Amino acid sequence: MEKQNGIKTLQVVILVLFLTTALAGCREKAATDSVSDEANADEDSLVIAMINEPTSFDPFFADSADTRSILFNIFEGLVKPTKDGELMPAVAESYETSDDAKTYTFVLRNDIKFHNENLVTMDDVIYSVNQAIDAKVAGYDNIMSVEAMDENTIKIQLKEADNEFLPYLTTAIVPKDYTEQATKPIGTGPYKMEAFTEQQSLVMVKNKNYWQEGLPYLDKVTYKSVADGAGALLELKAGTVDLLSVEYSVIQQLDSKEYSIEETSSNSVQLLALNNNYEPLKDIRVRQAISYVVDSQEIMQTVNKGYAKRAGSPVIPALAKLYDKSLDDSYKKDVGKAKQLMEQAGYPNGFDLKITVPSIYQVHIDTAQVIINQLKEIKINATIETVDWSTWLSNVYTDRQYEATVVSVDGKNITAKSYLGRYVSNADNNFVNYHSTEYDDLYAAAVKEPDEIKRNDLYKQAQQLLSRDAASVYIEDISRLYAFRTKFTGITNYPLYVLDLSTIRKSE
Amino acid sequence: MGMVMIMKKNINIKIGIILITFILLLLVIGLFYTPYDINEMNHMETFQKPSFDHLLGTDNMGRDIFSRVMVGTRFTLFVAICTVLGSAIIGSILGILSGYIGGIIDELIMRVMDAVTSFPGILIALVMVSVLNYGQFTIIPALCIMFIPSFTRIMRTGTLQYKNSEFVDYVKVFGATGFRIMIVHILPNLFPSLLSSIIIGLSNAILAESSMSYLGLGIQPPTPSWGRMLYESQAFLFSSPWCSIAPGFMIMITVIGFHCLGEGIRKKYC
Repeated sequence: MEKQNGIKTLQVVILVLFLTTALAGCREKAATDSVSDEANADEDSLVIAMINEPTSFDPFFADSADTRSILFNIFEGLVKPTKDGELMPAVAESYETSDDAKTYTFVLRNDIKFHNENLVTMDDVIYSVNQAIDAKVAGYDNIMSVEAMDENTIKIQLKEADNEFLPYLTTAIVPKDYTEQATKPIGTGPYKMEAFTEQQSLVMVKNKNYWQEGLPYLDKVTYKSVADGAGALLELKAGTVDLLSVEYSVIQQLDSKEYSIEETSSNSVQLLALNNNYEPLKDIRVRQAISYVVDSQEIMQTVNKGYAKRAGSPVIPALAKLYDKSLDDSYKKDVGKAKQLMEQAGYPNGFDLKITVPSIYQVHIDTAQVIINQLKEIKINATIETVDWSTWLSNVYTDRQYEATVVSVDGKNITAKSYLGRYVSNADNNFVNYHSTEYDDLYAAAVKEPDEIKRNDLYKQAQQLLSRDAASVYIEDISRLYAFRTKFTGITNYPLYVLDLSTIRKSE
Repeated sequence: MGMVMIMKKNINIKIGIILITFILLLLVIGLFYTPYDINEMNHMETFQKPSFDHLLGTDNMGRDIFSRVMVGTRFTLFVAICTVLGSAIIGSILGILSGYIGGIIDELIMRVMDAVTSFPGILIALVMVSVLNYGQFTIIPALCIMFIPSFTRIMRTGTLQYKNSEFVDYVKVFGATGFRIMIVHILPNLFPSLLSSIIIGLSNAILAESSMSYLGLGIQPPTPSWGRMLYESQAFLFSSPWCSIAPGFMIMITVIGFHCLGEGIRKKYC
């Protein structure tokens, strides 16, 4: 009996030890493959760690940001985004916009080929645009008709005038009647897909017919599946992976002689969203007081160790022409002023505030924890409620049943609309319930303005208004960090969530 | 046999009492004193290794881990004890009823218990937490449901054992009601096995609470709980392992402590 008990206790000890380690996140990845070992022997090939695998490669239905990032290298639209947030012709050779901003005319390149060696024809382009309309791709609901003018000129007619329609046309051009995009994508991008094995790897090879001279540099790029960030890091150290996106906390463990770090922006603005319909927050003075007391600099240091850019408006700082840089210094920390505003608003003793945070984003939970401490200075008793992502989407984002939340908001494309449109009083996605006729008028005027400089100026004024009214507390654009072997270089920072493989090359 | 004798003979109880006393000591001290404010952040002092300033080091936001572990004891144990007591009470009632009455009631209760057990525990708790809305302590009823079946089974088996024993027959002859028989005559006989299941249940509940916090449910930040601390530190597992070791170690010794205690009591009295 005694002996049996001893064994049982031992079993429990072992079990507990095991559970504790399992809880601490040491997940072992089953069936590690040998793809990368072969890939490493090849000189001009790059292996990237991939945590979230694409479920479909169909460019019109790519739902996750990680998938879009991969597809950016396989597909191209009539136009293509550049690193400065501009657009350059891609499948189209040139384009023209009519004065009334209702007709867009494109001249196609006559020598551009799909990955299957077929030339891109007018039929393919018309087919692609119609597919995108059917798939309800953003912006495409405004297209009235698309027709061929002659064999390489195409005209897109809009229902309503739109000066910023072009960015939507970065949507993929695909071969007509090709039905296997979901598994074997064919586009015109710098890389073509060679093989995809679930839970193992995605192999892409150089598109030798690519229309941009000299690009891409590398012959082969492999996305290798890894279980999680910790596993990816081990692979980087073991040499089976060359590039991965990392947390700031691992940077210090990487030898700078062997590994380079590239800091790019995440292209989303983290904010403390305040529900402008919730009683104490209805008062502009309360929102301003909160803005004065929430110290973005402290959040950037404490939560992100400085790997972030200050953002004082909903527009990402990377869109330099649109972002109003002067808002960086809006609401410098001033507890005295904040207290005064709280008193004027009738809350000298503060109030209770529940911050609802999606539980999958530890960075937002951490930010909320710093904010709780900061809000104590004006006696606001804030608490955190973590909810799962789908609950957050339905309760907070859709139903707007919340008091405050911390989240990062991104734009799907590089238009001002995708960042500022949500603050229009009756916008579907105005989840902070900001209402201002002044803003509505300003925004409407900006959208209608054909001149780009004047238009951007109006958008800047709109941002100033959001800042003045403290629609919410805008905090930062958290950096996305890439760690990679020093033998590679050329990671380009886009104002979009993409990793452009075509510019990555071996360093001299 | 005196308590001292039991302890001498029973190594399990000895270990259990030592470990649990240590944890309780930490809990009580934590009520009155912590070296630092548990929510005090300092971005100049993040990821400090354990030192005399910070006994167990600091976490990613510069908070003192030792203080947080001390305070975390309170919340982790509170959830565990409430969960186990709640499910022990409900489970006992159902188990005794099921065992004593038998027939269709027994069938009904036990099949429902089977159904509950057939789901993975974490899944039930997850569903419960979402149905009951989020809140600091909604995790307690959620975990309760997970633990009820085991108590029901233990109590039912015990009741069946005593139901047809001679002393029950005697009191029946004297005209005792079913209620009285269950409460006065059967229940006290089941206490020893109930006690040891409660204590073993406590260790399971701590693990369950940790895994729920680990999933981002349960105790809400910035309030520390061991599971939550473990979860938050996993990103720094390799660069700053002390962030994970402290809460992980606490969970380990508490679970082992309770387990030894339960095992020892069971061995002594059953």
